[in-house]
Amino acid sequence: MTTMTTTQQAARSGVADKREIDMQAAGRRAHTRRTTWIWVGRIGAAVLILGGWQWFTAAGWVDKFFYGQPSGIWDSLVHLFTVGTAFGTIWENLWITVQEAFLGFLLGTVTGVVFGILLGSSRYLASVFGPYIKILNSIPRIVLGSIFIVAFGLGVFPKVLLAAVLVFFVVFFNAFQGVREVDPGLVANVRVLGASPLQVARHVTIPSAMTWIIASLHTAFGFAIIGALVAEVLGAQHGVGLIISQAQGNFDPDTVFACMVIVAVVTLVAEYLITLLEKSLLKWRPPSRSEAQAI
Amino acid sequence: MGEHRPQESAGSPGTVAPARIDIVGLTKRFLTPKGETFTAIRDVSLTVEPGEFCAIVGPTGCGKSTTLAQVSGLEHPSAGSVSVGGRLVDGVTNGVSYMFQTDSLFPWKTVLANVMMGPILLGTPRKEATELAMDWLRRVGLTGFEDRYPHQLSGGMRKRVSMAAALINNPRILLMDEPFGALDVQTKAIMQTELLQLWEDLRPSVLFITHDLDEAVALADKVVIMTSSPGTVKDVFDVDLPRPRGDVQQIRHEERFLEIQGRIWESLRDEVTRAYQQTAGAAA
Repeated sequence: MTTMTTTQQAARSGVADKREIDMQAAGRRAHTRRTTWIWVGRIGAAVLILGGWQWFTAAGWVDKFFYGQPSGIWDSLVHLFTVGTAFGTIWENLWITVQEAFLGFLLGTVTGVVFGILLGSSRYLASVFGPYIKILNSIPRIVLGSIFIVAFGLGVFPKVLLAAVLVFFVVFFNAFQGVREVDPGLVANVRVLGASPLQVARHVTIPSAMTWIIASLHTAFGFAIIGALVAEVLGAQHGVGLIISQAQGNFDPDTVFACMVIVAVVTLVAEYLITLLEKSLLKWRPPSRSEAQAI
Repeated sequence: MGEHRPQESAGSPGTVAPARIDIVGLTKRFLTPKGETFTAIRDVSLTVEPGEFCAIVGPTGCGKSTTLAQVSGLEHPSAGSVSVGGRLVDGVTNGVSYMFQTDSLFPWKTVLANVMMGPILLGTPRKEATELAMDWLRRVGLTGFEDRYPHQLSGGMRKRVSMAAALINNPRILLMDEPFGALDVQTKAIMQTELLQLWEDLRPSVLFITHDLDEAVALADKVVIMTSSPGTVKDVFDVDLPRPRGDVQQIRHEERFLEIQGRIWESLRDEVTRAYQQTAGAAA
């Protein structure tokens, strides 16, 4: 009798185990199927767009003289990397552009963070400078590039400056908002424990604003690259922007597109590095829903 | 505020004498954004004896939190005075710890780093502060959780961290602003019992704000009833339940508890009804 019940139980739990395993396997299969279809869709979209472009220009429905052609872009990429340009190899030019963008990014971020935290923590300063910052934000800052080039010549400095100006406002507004969102309870708590204003900034304000600041860096690097490129197009002796403006003068859309591809790769790499920084600095954050469902 | 007060010898509770709190004729007015003045509390007078556990109960918006802010020195009174241990409060008071309804933990610091903040801000060497914090985590039953971040803990565990962080500096005065307000009933009872145990070890003077009359009677030596708009002290009741009180959940069924609770409720009921009618009137 006893043996019978135990065997029955064992059999029953065996069935339950098997069902559990089956369900897990089915779940995994569904997951694999879903990922496969996502990749099929992605590759399909790329083939459709690039293939369509190639086909339309090859058939003559769209003039490749104005709009370029994927195969032509590839050729000019190969040309840029093997033969180089009239202003030295592509690596030299790319290095200069990246340097300008990076220095501008650094300068703009540091000033943006400093001003954002200062104005964010002082109601008086915020009231005094608030309207001016709004005015500065609403003028078309990209035009400042012309002034910088007239004032500082064709060197690296005016490009860094323009990139920094574009980056500054993005980072500034985020740092400002970040400081405003600091939990007043936390501030009261450390002040009661005897923290000096500097310690409050170090232990509460800056780490708390960091979430906002880091979120702004993604957009900020894009702006830095735009600033450097536009300044180079306006006037330069080296750089990817100069290659672009030269290609424009030669009616060579393929080289313009090729430069766009190169810059896009640089931006993607920078984006990846910023994401790594974000992950290491913000590892205390609870995983958000959107990250779990990663789009 | 920059000067560091002398550090009490680590880990030996009771080296600093608890301080007496004297609140005399305290009035606080605020300037509203429109430029009008709003009187939050008027002419509040109150004494907390050294080592006494004093609870303040009153309807919402009666200026309980404002009173605490004046004692801590975070705000300056418009009239009247607060003195702690015989010294007039001017700027942040020494030896005070605050506990709020929100956890007030640094979400970007680990549990250990959160508890260490108090000693670190006093200029204690990191190694010593770590040892002290580890000891406090043991006392609140969180050994093994020192590397977690606050979001990885339950509400009750976060409260324990807050308690350790508030008590690690061995404060003369503990200010608690509805510390257990956001907890569920069971966790609340457990935390109250643990607070009483920790308090009985250190015996700081406590000002404890709550909405919950049961909580006030179960924990405190003295219950102060405040009225609303503007906040004033209506009544003061002594709670002579014997100490140590042990399990908070069991005290609630004792006859003496019910008797005291009933007497205080008589006084509080009118205030709560009046405050409710005012808010209902404002809403209509």
